[in-house]
Amino acid sequence: MGRRTPLYDLHVGLNARMVDFGGWDMPVNYGSQIEEHHAVRREAGVFDVSHMCVIDARGARVREFLSRLVANDVAKLTTSGKALYSCMLNETGGVIDDLIIYFNDESFFRIVVNAGTRDKDLAWMRKVAAPFGIELTERTDLAMLAVQGPQARDRVAELLPAEHRATALALEPFFGKPLSNEKGGHWFVARTGYTGEDGFEIMLPADEAPGIWRALNARGVKSAGLGARDTLRLEAAMNLYGNDMDENQNPLESGLAWTVSFENPARDFFGRKALESLKAAGLRQKFVALLLEDRGVLRGHQKVVVATGEGAREIGEITSGTFSPTMEKSIALARVNRDAGATVQVDVRGKLLNARVVKAPFVRKGQVLVS
Amino acid sequence: MSNIPADLKYTKSHEWVRTLANGNVEIGITDHAQGALGDLVFVEVPEAGKALKAGDAFAVVESVKAASDVYAPIAGSVLEGNPSLTGAPELINSEPYGAGWIARMKPNGAPAGLLSAAEYQAHLAAEG
Repeated sequence: MGRRTPLYDLHVGLNARMVDFGGWDMPVNYGSQIEEHHAVRREAGVFDVSHMCVIDARGARVREFLSRLVANDVAKLTTSGKALYSCMLNETGGVIDDLIIYFNDESFFRIVVNAGTRDKDLAWMRKVAAPFGIELTERTDLAMLAVQGPQARDRVAELLPAEHRATALALEPFFGKPLSNEKGGHWFVARTGYTGEDGFEIMLPADEAPGIWRALNARGVKSAGLGARDTLRLEAAMNLYGNDMDENQNPLESGLAWTVSFENPARDFFGRKALESLKAAGLRQKFVALLLEDRGVLRGHQKVVVATGEGAREIGEITSGTFSPTMEKSIALARVNRDAGATVQVDVRGKLLNARVVKAPFVRKGQVLVS
Repeated sequence: MSNIPADLKYTKSHEWVRTLANGNVEIGITDHAQGALGDLVFVEVPEAGKALKAGDAFAVVESVKAASDVYAPIAGSVLEGNPSLTGAPELINSEPYGAGWIARMKPNGAPAGLLSAAEYQAHLAAEG
């Protein structure tokens, strides 16, 4: 038996198909992954993401600690509530995890990391934090819901007491704020997500989560599983840790160069020297979005090749692939040689299928962006 | 609970076999299998004329999650793959024992080594 979130019984009651996900028993779908996917693109869906790890970092030198810990620069967090997406790198520039940091005040930042990397992340963070006198607290008392879709914010706002409704609806993209609900428990509502749609991520006391879920269902917000979460994030071309990057890959060749901040030359973050050496030597690979032109489905680990006079030459690998329910075509993310052209082939179960390099993302806010 | 029609035969790898009036057989995957796979998005059916041994991988069903082989429950030759599945792979989800059939085969002799509905039910229970 795996670990269970505070919503486990509710999922079982909703006839979810439960699967093991990084040691957690999680709902992969509640009947139809594709219907759940469409609900999020067109209306709203709710995901249980309580398996993710919420860590509160407190202390006088939190900003200094984070400035050393992560590759993006927390100096960008100047307004209370602002969130920052970043990688946490090791000394060789490999990705230990990707995470989101929410800035509350100078002595309190909240960090959300992946479920499967929880233990190693905490061990690493504690090691880095020690000289800064930072207190790191794992918030296992909280559940986390992602409510996503064009109607998501309105549906959540309806459940909030009047005094918080305006605050929640006024949140700008990539901002999060604490709210106190009527029972006195503390909620944290953020305008973030992993679907390419607008919406909220809500951290709330575990015992309140099932009631909120049912209230959202009653307002037409569809229960959505990890299956739909994966097709939605892939359409939005958002990386998945463990598939698209890991400790053996650097962010610059994982489509995450935009999250690495070299601007302040004095900032000595972990992995900086390694990344600078890589850049100086010249990057060998690039990260691309692929659209399959033939019938079939691209999957992680399939080889990307190009035809040559002497047969197919391998130039890279699919890191994540799926069937896009919105586009009704197969899409993928891949790491390929720097000189790869605009058309490639992929070895799909022994057949070479044609794929085209396209600009990411594939879909955003309900609209297909790739033609 | 998944649906297991009493009049069909089954394999441990979750295919079903229906013997037609003319002695040929129709093959698909079970309700349990389609449920485990999730929404199907792509099906590769076998070509007519292909000779198969029992246990040969002869079709591919892909869901949003993963690709799975479908194995020939019996030896024989393929008469036809279901042409409807190219445009509507979801037929396997909605009608696994009907419009979602995958192939028709002419068996080499009488089908043997297949499970009854009760035996398949017991197999599912044992697989947990």
